[in-house]
Amino acid sequence: MMLLSGDPPRSRVLTLILVVIILALAATPFLFPGAKALNVAAKICVFAALVASYDLLLGYTGTVSFAHTMFYGIGSYAIAIALYGMGPNWAAVATGIVVGLPLAALLALAIGLFSLRVAAIFFAMITLAVASAFQVLASQLSWLTGGEDGRSFQLPELLRPGTVLISKNLFGFEVNGRILTFYLVFAVSALMILALLRVVNSPFGRVLQAIRENRFRAEALGFRTVFHLTYANCLAALVAASAGILNALWLRYAGPDTSLSFSIMLDILLMVVIGGMGTIYGAIIGATIFILAQNYLQSLMGVASKAASEAGLPLLPGLLHPDRWLLWLGLLFIASVYFFPTGVVGRLRHGRGEKSAGASH
Amino acid sequence: MSELAASDPLPKPKRDLAPILLPVALALIMIPLVGSPSTWLTLTAASLAMGMMIFIMASGLTLVFGLMDVLNFGHGAFIAVGAYVATLVFAPFAASVQADSLWVNLAVLAPAALLSMAVSGALGLVVERVLILPVYGQHLKQILMTTGGLIVAEQTLYALWGPQIIPMPLPASLRGSFILGDVAIAKYRVLAMLIGLAVFIAIQLVLNRTKLGLLIRAGVENREMVEALGYRIRRLFLGVFMTGSALAGLGGVMWALYREQVHASMSDELTVLIFVVVIIGGLGSIGGCFIGAILVAMVANYGGFLVPKLALVSNILLMVAVLMWRPRGLYAVTSR
Repeated sequence: MMLLSGDPPRSRVLTLILVVIILALAATPFLFPGAKALNVAAKICVFAALVASYDLLLGYTGTVSFAHTMFYGIGSYAIAIALYGMGPNWAAVATGIVVGLPLAALLALAIGLFSLRVAAIFFAMITLAVASAFQVLASQLSWLTGGEDGRSFQLPELLRPGTVLISKNLFGFEVNGRILTFYLVFAVSALMILALLRVVNSPFGRVLQAIRENRFRAEALGFRTVFHLTYANCLAALVAASAGILNALWLRYAGPDTSLSFSIMLDILLMVVIGGMGTIYGAIIGATIFILAQNYLQSLMGVASKAASEAGLPLLPGLLHPDRWLLWLGLLFIASVYFFPTGVVGRLRHGRGEKSAGASH
Repeated sequence: MSELAASDPLPKPKRDLAPILLPVALALIMIPLVGSPSTWLTLTAASLAMGMMIFIMASGLTLVFGLMDVLNFGHGAFIAVGAYVATLVFAPFAASVQADSLWVNLAVLAPAALLSMAVSGALGLVVERVLILPVYGQHLKQILMTTGGLIVAEQTLYALWGPQIIPMPLPASLRGSFILGDVAIAKYRVLAMLIGLAVFIAIQLVLNRTKLGLLIRAGVENREMVEALGYRIRRLFLGVFMTGSALAGLGGVMWALYREQVHASMSDELTVLIFVVVIIGGLGSIGGCFIGAILVAMVANYGGFLVPKLALVSNILLMVAVLMWRPRGLYAVTSR
């Protein structure tokens, strides 16, 4: 209870699902052999943290930011550039963290002070413009960022796949640097999500919810809304940048496609809405559903597409083509905004018919 | 304040000229910076042409917001749809497109543009009914719904046309430039300018000289009051939404011809651009949108010529500068 900041999942089914997801993630290196399963698990961890930080903004304060990938990218690039430039040592990792996190927080502060005073809709448009400018900037400053190719780098000795920590034992498992990296990603992501749970259940988090429900009223009660919103924005940026660092460490690479592109922003939006806005737990569910779909739905769709084209159906092969998986998730997204705005988590908590509270404005 | 007799005409509202002078001043300042007058003329013409195209795409967005407080994040989809539909007409009539006669070319171009407008307008009807109607008055959901719509539209375009870039060659008679002395102005840019200006004048005439326009302007200012007077503002809004979508489709065709290629990702790229324009102009203001579009295009063209590296962030700098000067855009129309 202490660990969850007094905000348990509040639904048996939800608790069960969460426990299964977390256990499966924790045991992935031993349960599901192969590089793909481990990659998927690591990506779920990173995105769960990233989406949870976005939920702090979207679900708890009701502001739509399109600049969240920018902070994610800042984290990724900071660690990548540091490790690329200074060689694979721990000093470089530390430099990346020390430069990346404050940079993300400062930028969030600047954007917040400049544009959080205005209506949510203005903020969304401004962050979209800033993020797209940043993306172009990152791809153009190729001497620093490697341009479209991005930066590949080596990890410190301890985290490399070649480093064997525990050699094959009775059970036939080998613990190497890669698995250690995975647990690093897992542990840090889990810590960040727990920290976010702490934040949203603190008095500060309550004020954020008050601002979401009625900003004018919150202001009338004496809360400095711009301060609270900017603070939340900086916190979310810090977590996003940390998630970016984890992602870069896992991939040993940072590039525009994996850390900055607008499509990642849309992915985050899909995950948070499908999972359930304003719940934090929704982030874990959303990230799991989305990334499993991204990795496994495609092969399923490939089969379906082939069957459809063999049956000679018009149009369907194109619509079911594996690359079009986002189309179906987009439809799911619209449907979930419309029919269950509180997402999977809200649905499980409140069940059918009951009017779900919060996160509707 | 002096007394007014009942027979006196109402005092005219003060005209706010500063924003109009802004692009003019910017262009004049650039003369010495660019150096050669002929280059300056070419750049200015390019800015005006690009600005007109952006204006055509952005005008619908700003009106829709002004009238109904609806911000359509999927506006870019109409642009892409318009461009793709035009390729449907261009492909079977490739020979006429390449024929070296202005009239034959226009005979393909005009129906293509009209068809694009019709299809985007019809799509606008569907989007308004399906995506926007259920979430009136809820900004957050509007943003989410229309973003979802953008994803679905883009993916459907990929599914129907494939992910590759489709070339869209300019008609033969629109290629090349008019040469006046040592100034070269691309023919297509002149056409773009003319169409843009025509659209702007048409919108201004409708808004300022017709009863429909009167209702729209009244609706922008105070929706409830217009409703209280017995007008169905929802229907009015639907009309504006469809017109805006159709204009976005037209802009898409023009942009595709300007770039001579069509790709679904053009909607992402242009969405950012038209958002910047709409913010600069002041949400809901057609005049502001017009000036904003020209300013953005000028900064892009002059900036690209003088300091190519700066061109990347020039839009943002422009937006920050304008918002510092007037925090709610050049012309603040709505009280929201």
